[in-house]
Amino acid sequence: MKRAVFYLMIASIVLWSAGPLLWQFATSLKPDAELTRLPPILPLAPTFDHYRALFTDTPLLRIIANSAIVSSCSTAMSLVIGALAAFGLADLNVSAKKLVLIFVLSASMFPPIAIVSPLYLIIRGLGLRDTWWALIVTYTSFSLPLSVWIMTNFFRQIPEELYLAARVDGCSPFQAFIRIMLPLAAPGVVTTAVLVFIFSWNEFLFALTFTATAKSRTIPVAIALFPGLHEVPWGDIAAASIVVTIPLIILVFAFQRLIIEGLTAGAVKG
Amino acid sequence: MTRIRFEHVTKAFGTTPVIKKLDLAINAGEFFTFVGPSGCGKSTILNMIAGLESLTDGLIFFNEILVNSLSPKERDVAMVFQSYALYPHMTVYENIAFPLRMKKEKIGSIDGDVKRVAGLLGLDDFLGKKPKELSGGQRQRVALGRAMIRKPKVFLMDEPLSNLDARLRIEMRSELKKLHRELGITTIYVTHDQAEAMSLSDRIAVLNEGTIQQCDTPREVYRNPANAFVAGFIGSPAMNLIPCHELSSQTHEYDCFGFLFHPPVNLSTGGGDVIAGIRPEDVIVSSKKSYASVEVKVTLIEPAGSYNWVDAERGKVLLKGLARPEEDLEPGQVAYANLSSDKSIFFDAVSGRRI
Repeated sequence: MKRAVFYLMIASIVLWSAGPLLWQFATSLKPDAELTRLPPILPLAPTFDHYRALFTDTPLLRIIANSAIVSSCSTAMSLVIGALAAFGLADLNVSAKKLVLIFVLSASMFPPIAIVSPLYLIIRGLGLRDTWWALIVTYTSFSLPLSVWIMTNFFRQIPEELYLAARVDGCSPFQAFIRIMLPLAAPGVVTTAVLVFIFSWNEFLFALTFTATAKSRTIPVAIALFPGLHEVPWGDIAAASIVVTIPLIILVFAFQRLIIEGLTAGAVKG
Repeated sequence: MTRIRFEHVTKAFGTTPVIKKLDLAINAGEFFTFVGPSGCGKSTILNMIAGLESLTDGLIFFNEILVNSLSPKERDVAMVFQSYALYPHMTVYENIAFPLRMKKEKIGSIDGDVKRVAGLLGLDDFLGKKPKELSGGQRQRVALGRAMIRKPKVFLMDEPLSNLDARLRIEMRSELKKLHRELGITTIYVTHDQAEAMSLSDRIAVLNEGTIQQCDTPREVYRNPANAFVAGFIGSPAMNLIPCHELSSQTHEYDCFGFLFHPPVNLSTGGGDVIAGIRPEDVIVSSKKSYASVEVKVTLIEPAGSYNWVDAERGKVLLKGLARPEEDLEPGQVAYANLSSDKSIFFDAVSGRRI
């Protein structure tokens, strides 16, 4: 009986979180005629038409490639800059550390919509409009407060004596960072990477503003702007959502163990 | 063999002074210990020698070469930390080999050295393990191995034994001493445990609030403490310190709570109150009254096997002494303390300085 309640609760939580995604999946398999009708919840005559249409009628592969490149580059840059900054703020003799951290955090207080127009002017002025770089630079800057804060906390949790020991054992500060501190902060780095990647993958406003064509357009914008002649192509949109969610699911599952370690680090002394 | 000299070394964190004008020479090959209560600045001194902490003022020399601006790497020192600071993501082998790897030595010679050091410390069977799989004592050995392997100019040890249990600590103590004799490398040791300092060192420096109170051989520091702080800090149990009030500045008569002390005239101040110091082992407590004994009240008995430590009080003064177990003293009982007053020493009550 207790067991049954337990599984029932788990099932309801899973349904609660995965429900929308499953609904979307069901929708993506429905033929056009069934799309706007309820019931049925499940497609009566499942079809892969929408998926086929995606890859033949739209430049979806190019769009996915855009997103992958923009997200990966933003993540990489955010990690490199963020990890170095976090290491400095956590372990080195930097003056006014607190002030710097608060300053970094304050940068993320401005809502994107408030700064999107000046940013657009800057991007246009630099000639970066409708290029990957427009988004890479923006995403890197906007994810930096997050990555600096998360990783600073991770570096702080590493006992200071390990850094001192590395210095005595003949490391320069940078060598100590690469050989000792970074491997030990790996769970934090991976957690940050996944969060930044997801942020970049899903970002809409800047992507909508800075891109113009399929040359640089990313997934959220592309899906929103799916061409529909007289109606919204719900089936295609659903199919596209499912396709672009897959990379994220793979990513999260691949690093699951490290992410859990990262999110719960400090809770239990290891 | 490296000789280390401090010249007017001062260290302050912000406006808080931690080390005040340290002048000291540590001889080549010496086992030198800084001992003092926590917060007295002893770890800061080690970090300054290692180059992990900059000096606010002053100079540090290795063999008369100024090292102030040298990085830890260039100073060629090795350090053992209280927490061992083993690299958790590396095996024992990689931990011990790390300093040599950083020196870019050949893989073959590194391998030989690691095996030799591991053999010396009895770590052969653990080379493939990660630090978290080891016991405290084994971790301690790995930390020592990592320090030893590149034959540094100076060994720095920051309370290396304080995380071990009592039995292991004494075992490692004699091992450290043996190791020092075999390697002959100048070793600077930091501890708050005066017994450890006494048993290991050639010389010790007693630190308090950033200044050296006394620097001498363990024997001298124990027998001839320079001031009341050293007297109270060195020796276990601590020395009894009994205040003596000067009754008349002409006759230099003192009232020492009824204890029979004969303080010498304080030449530096020409009189004034003094403190009498006497080691607990020079105080015999007995239930029988004898000539020159003083009445006290027993408050606590601590059996130590062949003898008992006795805590007693007389008025406001607490006294620790020895009693034979046959005495059958009980807490609350009246007893008689016999002080070997020829073994007593005296300090100025104001400055704490030895008279």
